[in-house]
Amino acid sequence: MKQTSIGGNKRKAANILATTGLVIIFLAYMFPFVMVVINSLKQKRDIIKSPFSWLYTIKGLSFDNFVKAFTQMDFLNAFKNSLIVTVSATLLVTLLAAMLAYYIVRHNNMISKITFALMVASMIIPFQAIMIPLVSIYGGTLNVLNHRLTLIFMHTGFSMAMSVFMFHGFIKGSVPIALEEAAYIDGCTRRQTFFKIVFPLLKPIISTMVILNALAFWNDFLLPSLVLTDKKLLTLPLSTYSFYGTYSADYGTIMAGLLLCVVPILILYIILQRQIISGVVAGAVK
Amino acid sequence: MRNKNKGKDFCMFALPGMFCFFAVVIIPFVYGVYLTLTDWNGVAKVKNFIGLENFKGVMKDGQFWTSLGLTFKYVILVVLLVNVIAFLLAYLLTRGIKGQNFFRAGFFTPNLIGGIVLGYIWQFVFSRVFVNVGEATGWKLFGVSWLSDPTKAFVALVAVSVWQLSGYMILIYVAGFMGLSEDVMEAASIDGASGWVKMKSIIMPLMMSSVTICLFLTLSRAFMVYDVNLSLTAGAPYGTTEMAAMHVYEKAFTSRQFGVGQAEAFILFIIVACISGIQVYLTKKKEVEA
Repeated sequence: MKQTSIGGNKRKAANILATTGLVIIFLAYMFPFVMVVINSLKQKRDIIKSPFSWLYTIKGLSFDNFVKAFTQMDFLNAFKNSLIVTVSATLLVTLLAAMLAYYIVRHNNMISKITFALMVASMIIPFQAIMIPLVSIYGGTLNVLNHRLTLIFMHTGFSMAMSVFMFHGFIKGSVPIALEEAAYIDGCTRRQTFFKIVFPLLKPIISTMVILNALAFWNDFLLPSLVLTDKKLLTLPLSTYSFYGTYSADYGTIMAGLLLCVVPILILYIILQRQIISGVVAGAVK
Repeated sequence: MRNKNKGKDFCMFALPGMFCFFAVVIIPFVYGVYLTLTDWNGVAKVKNFIGLENFKGVMKDGQFWTSLGLTFKYVILVVLLVNVIAFLLAYLLTRGIKGQNFFRAGFFTPNLIGGIVLGYIWQFVFSRVFVNVGEATGWKLFGVSWLSDPTKAFVALVAVSVWQLSGYMILIYVAGFMGLSEDVMEAASIDGASGWVKMKSIIMPLMMSSVTICLFLTLSRAFMVYDVNLSLTAGAPYGTTEMAAMHVYEKAFTSRQFGVGQAEAFILFIIVACISGIQVYLTKKKEVEA
């Protein structure tokens, strides 16, 4: 009896120690974000004097920085561009990848096998090994750079392999072929079977893929920077980049601009936390 | 009739997806291999076939080999630190501490934000906040901005990458720890295994599948680091923190040597493919079933 109580105390003490350690590490992790929030409301002179203080001695607390960042970044426009690209590419890749994976699982022919093998192999190719010929083909030969559609198409193409791979595993494992045969007998066409029977069954994997792809598209910098140069088309990471280049010495405005970029994602994260975390884990483990 | 239907199925279900994939990944990749053998400068209409001349150019490009060496150093540090830190934190976060879900979610936050924004946030922290700490306390360590000193700028880049990636790996290791069977752990305790023995002979082998995934992810991400590199240091001071991926970009799009740039990208691809392949083979061999 005494033994357990000692063990229990020891365990308790260890847990307190672990918690304290965790809190300290956690605060260190969050430190940069805290700095951004504090300084986004301050004037440059205050920031240089003491980035830590909450006091706003010279001109007091103000939202000037946000107004300036908002207009200078053309925030609404960039946000809209990011949203259009992310939503369309995510929808497109989800639909096309699900259909292609379905075809591959149900048709065991040469094309299926070769395509699937190529896709799995291609997942190891880094983007840098493709970007130069990509610019050469789409910029030189086809001359279609600087269009949103081109970027959407490329996002779709690049995430196709991974998405098909995930859908393939899911369809193979948990979509019973008997269900489709029943639908056939009831007079469904191929298309009806897919959209009315199979697609709804894919819900869990669809939510995983939507989260993974949308996050990647929203935050991507290198590919959009190669495709889009027209100021009106810039996505949020691109406009942050050019904004920073112009205002890098104006710390308050910069902090406000960075905060503007972070806040929409954080709000979404707070709402969808559970789904996002389980989606990311599922995406990695398979 | 049956054949006709088959063709229709193929066109409707497989073709659109395949088209995107081939047009964006496979064709550029193959074309890229061809580009390494030409002297294209990005503008000219004609591309002359020059054989392996570009690879000779790569040999002579000292900056590439420097950045490749630097990348290796960076990858080793990042992969080790990320995995050790994430493993330990995940271990702490699966002991039933209060609010552990909150911690997990919090640690993951940097992964939701693009590398460009993260790099800028840290640039501010290194060049203003830390310098201010240095001025206030007189600590030499923070006296001048880390980003203006080659070694410290490199350390800063490693630190930011570790900070960014570890939250993601924590989630994967947490999933691994949660998957450990209670029965096995209890059996080990009853058999008298102490904390360390339990860790070494029970937990580690059972966690190897998580280790395989995490090593693979950190390796490929670290090798291809670009966004954070660009926004945190942009290669400064004097190109001493320019990683290989960034060098390839500069070579092709700034110096307009597309052939050499593509050859370097190709070499990078081969290196990453080999190292990841070896890593997956080695760690998979150590995986066991419970």
